[in-house]
Amino acid sequence: MSEVRALSGKKVSELTVDAMRAGDIGVADLRIHPETLEHQAVVAERHRNPQLAENLRRAAELTSLPDEEVLAIYDALRPGRSTAARLTELAASLTDRGLPRCAALVAEAAEVYARRGLVKA
Amino acid sequence: MNEPVGRIRFMDRQRVNLDGFAVENAELGLVALRSPYDPGPSLTVTDGRITELDGVAEADFDSIDTFIARHGIDLAVAAEAMALPDVAFARLLTDPAVPRAEIIRLSAGATPAKLTRVLAVLKPHELGMAMAKLRSRRTPSNQAHVTNRLDDPLLLAADAATAAAFGFREIETTVPVLGDAPSNAVACLVGAAVGSQGVLIQCSVEEAAELELGMRGLTSYAETISLYGTEQVFTDGDDTPWSKAFLTSAYASRGMKMRVSSGAGAEVLMAGAERKSMLYLEARCVALARAVGAQGVQNGGIDGASVAAAVPNGLRELMAENVMVMMRNLESCSGNDALMSESDMRRTSRTLPIVLAGSDFAFSGFGSIQRYDNMFGPSNFNAEDIDDFLAMQRDWGIDGGLRTVAAERLADLRRDAAQACRAVYGYLGLADFTDEHVALAVDASGSKDLGQTDTLAVLAAAHAIRQRGLTVVDIVTALDECGYPELAERTVEFLQARLGGDYLQTSAIFDERLAVLSLVTDPNDYAGPGTGYEPPPDRQREIDAIRQQRGVGDLRESQARHAAPGRLGPAGPAMPGSDPRDVVIGVSPAVGRDVWRCLSGLAVTDVLREILAGLEEEGCAGRIVRFGGTVDLGQIGLAAARLSGSGIGIGLQGKGTALIHRRDLAPLANLELYSVAPTITPELYRLLGANAARHAKGGTPDPARNPYSDEAIEARYHTTVIALMELERRRVDAAARPETLVLSS
Repeated sequence: MSEVRALSGKKVSELTVDAMRAGDIGVADLRIHPETLEHQAVVAERHRNPQLAENLRRAAELTSLPDEEVLAIYDALRPGRSTAARLTELAASLTDRGLPRCAALVAEAAEVYARRGLVKA
Repeated sequence: MNEPVGRIRFMDRQRVNLDGFAVENAELGLVALRSPYDPGPSLTVTDGRITELDGVAEADFDSIDTFIARHGIDLAVAAEAMALPDVAFARLLTDPAVPRAEIIRLSAGATPAKLTRVLAVLKPHELGMAMAKLRSRRTPSNQAHVTNRLDDPLLLAADAATAAAFGFREIETTVPVLGDAPSNAVACLVGAAVGSQGVLIQCSVEEAAELELGMRGLTSYAETISLYGTEQVFTDGDDTPWSKAFLTSAYASRGMKMRVSSGAGAEVLMAGAERKSMLYLEARCVALARAVGAQGVQNGGIDGASVAAAVPNGLRELMAENVMVMMRNLESCSGNDALMSESDMRRTSRTLPIVLAGSDFAFSGFGSIQRYDNMFGPSNFNAEDIDDFLAMQRDWGIDGGLRTVAAERLADLRRDAAQACRAVYGYLGLADFTDEHVALAVDASGSKDLGQTDTLAVLAAAHAIRQRGLTVVDIVTALDECGYPELAERTVEFLQARLGGDYLQTSAIFDERLAVLSLVTDPNDYAGPGTGYEPPPDRQREIDAIRQQRGVGDLRESQARHAAPGRLGPAGPAMPGSDPRDVVIGVSPAVGRDVWRCLSGLAVTDVLREILAGLEEEGCAGRIVRFGGTVDLGQIGLAAARLSGSGIGIGLQGKGTALIHRRDLAPLANLELYSVAPTITPELYRLLGANAARHAKGGTPDPARNPYSDEAIEARYHTTVIALMELERRRVDAAARPETLVLSS
C-alpha cells in the first residue's frame, strides 16, 4: 500500500514536529482519509464483520462533511427531532451530495420512525 | 420480637450484609438468565427478508427488532444456527476441537433469544473456557480510570503517567465539572505519553463534546455510546438505533476508535425491563452493537452491575454478557468497573473468573486512582487494589495486563508528567502552577493530598482550550518549545500511527512500539491446552517480579544491617558442665554470623539477654553455645541439654523459635516449645529462661502459652523463614564442635 495520507492529502510522514511548529499543520491534516477507511472496510469484511465494514464506509462518506453538519445530522436522527418528511429530505440531499450509504440509513430511519412514533409530532 | 442470637448478630455485622439482595422477580426484570416472559428463539425468512424474529412478526417489530432484522443477522447461516439445539450449540463453545471461527460463523446467524438460551446453559467454568477461546485479541489488556475530585491537571498528568507505567493501554477520564473536560483531556494526553507510548485516551462526557475533543486529536477513543434492550428505555435515553449507528460512523469518520456500552440492570433501573431477563435484554443490545457496525462493546453490568449482583446467578449473567460479545466477533471490554459489593470477597469473586479466562480488556475501567477520586464512582478494583491485582496475576501465572513499577521509576515519571503538564499550560497561557503544586502532585496518593487548589483556574484553562480551538498540534509545539522534544516526537508518532486506521479494527490497542494488536494482527488462537496466549518470557518476568518479592540475598543484606559482631563473639570450644545449676543455651549455626535479628524484630542478642536474665532470676547460670552441625531445633536443644551440668538445655534458632529440652528425651520431644517466633515477646523469652531453670531445679513450672494471633502469620513470614533457614543451612558443618559465645553489652 502506498503511504497513508491525511484527509488534506498530506502524507503522514510530513506531519512532523517541525511542520507543526512552523504552523503548516491544520485540522484537516489530523483527520483520517476516506481511502484509509475504505481500506479498513475491506479488512473488516475479510475478518467476518460486514457490519463494521459498512460502518467504515459510511464513515468514509462522512469525512466530506464539516463537524457541525455531522452533529446536526446526528441530532436530526434523535427521537422526536424530525418529521418523516424532513428525514426523507435529508436522505435525498445526502444522496445528491454523494453520501449514498448515509442517505440509506436516514431513509430507513424515516420509514421506521413514522411507524414507531419516533418522528416529531 | 426477640433479638437474634449472638451468632446471627455477629454475622449481620459482616460487610457483605451492607449489600442488597433482591428476591428474583420477573415482573420487575429482576431475573438474570431466564424469564418466563422471554421469547423463544425463532426466525422466519421470507424472500430473503426476516419476517419473524424471536416470536415477533415483522409488522410488530419495534425499532430494535427492525434494526437487528435488517442489519444484524447473517441469513446465509441463520437456518443452520437456529436449528442447532441449545445444548449442542453450547458444547461447541467449550469444545477445544471446534475453532473460534466456527463459533463466529454460526453466532452471526443466531437471534438474540437463541444466544440467550445457549449461554444460559453454560456453567461458570464453561463460561471461562468459552471466554478463553472466543475473545478476539490474543493478548489480554486492561483499561484504567484516571480522574480526581478537583480535575487537577498536574495530578491527572502524574496519575495518567502512573497508569501507563502500570501497563494500562487505555485511559478513560471524566469530569466532576463538565466544563473542565478539555483540560482533563490535555493533562491525560501529556501524562500518558510520559508513562508509555501508544496509550489510548478517552474523555467521557456528553457526545458532541467528546466527539469535538477527538476531532482535535486530544483524545483517541470513545466508549460511552449507550445501547438499551427495550425501545422505551432507548428512547428515554434520547437515541434510536439509527442515531447510534450514525454516531458510530461519525466517530470512525474522524478516525476515532469507539465501542458501545450496554449491560444488565440499566433497563431495570429505569423500570423499563418489560419483564424480560437481563441476559435477553443484553442479547438485544449486543446484536444491535454488531448491527450498527461498532467494533466492540463495554458490558458486564457497568452501572447496573450491582442490580445483576442482587439476584441469583447475577455474576454468571455478567460474564455471559461478555462471552456473547465475543461470539458476535466484537471486542469485549468486560465491565468490572463499578463497585458491586461492600465485601472484598464478593467483588473479587465477581472479577477473578474474567481475569483468569482473559478478556480483550478485563476491566472497562480499573480505578487506577483512589476510590474517592474516581469520578465515575468507585470501580470494582481501585488504586487500593493494584498490588492485590499484581499478586493475583503472579499467583495464577496469568496476564491481566498490569506490571509492577519500581518506586524510583514511578517518582521520576510522576515528576516528568507533572512538570511537562505545567510547562504546556504555562506556554499556552492556560494556567500557571507553582513548584509547590508540582511537588504535591508528584507525591500525592490522591487529590486530598493537594490541599486547597484553584479550581476556577482549571475551568478557565479548559474554557481557553475550547475557545481558542487548541489541538494536538498546539500541545506538540508547546512540548517541543518547553524542552520536551521526545514527548513531542512521541505524540506525533502516535498521531501518525492512528491515521493509518488499523486501530479502528476489532479489539485494537497499540503496544509500546506502536504496533497494533487486534483481531486482525493478533488473532486469538486458543484451541485447548498447550495453545493460545502465553506471556512471552519478558512479559512473564514482569508479571512475576513484583516489587515486594525477596530472595535470600535480600534477607542476607537486611540481616547484615543488624550485625553486631562486637556484642556476640566466639570464645573457644564449649566443654560439658558439671554444676547442677548450669543450663546451656544452644543456638543455631548462623547465629552471630549471618543472622542477627529474629522474626519478631528482636535482636538475637536481646533475646539471649532475656533468657539469661530468666535463668538468673531462678538461680541458674546460663551459657551460650553454638552448635554448627544441624539446623534442627530439637537436635540443638538436646545437644545443649547433654552439654549442660543440669541436664536441661535451651534451643534457640536464629529466627527466634525456642524450646526447653532434657538430656534423656528423644530429639523430637521437648518440655516446652515457643513455636510462633514472630509473636514471641521479651517477657516470654524471660519466662522461657525462668522455666528452664525451674526444670533444672526439678520443679514443674506452668508451661508458657504461645500467644494466639488471627493474622496471616504464615503468609507474612514463611518466605523469610525459608530464606533464614537457608542462611542457617549454608553455615552447617557436620564436623563443627560446639563453640562458646560470649555476650557483651
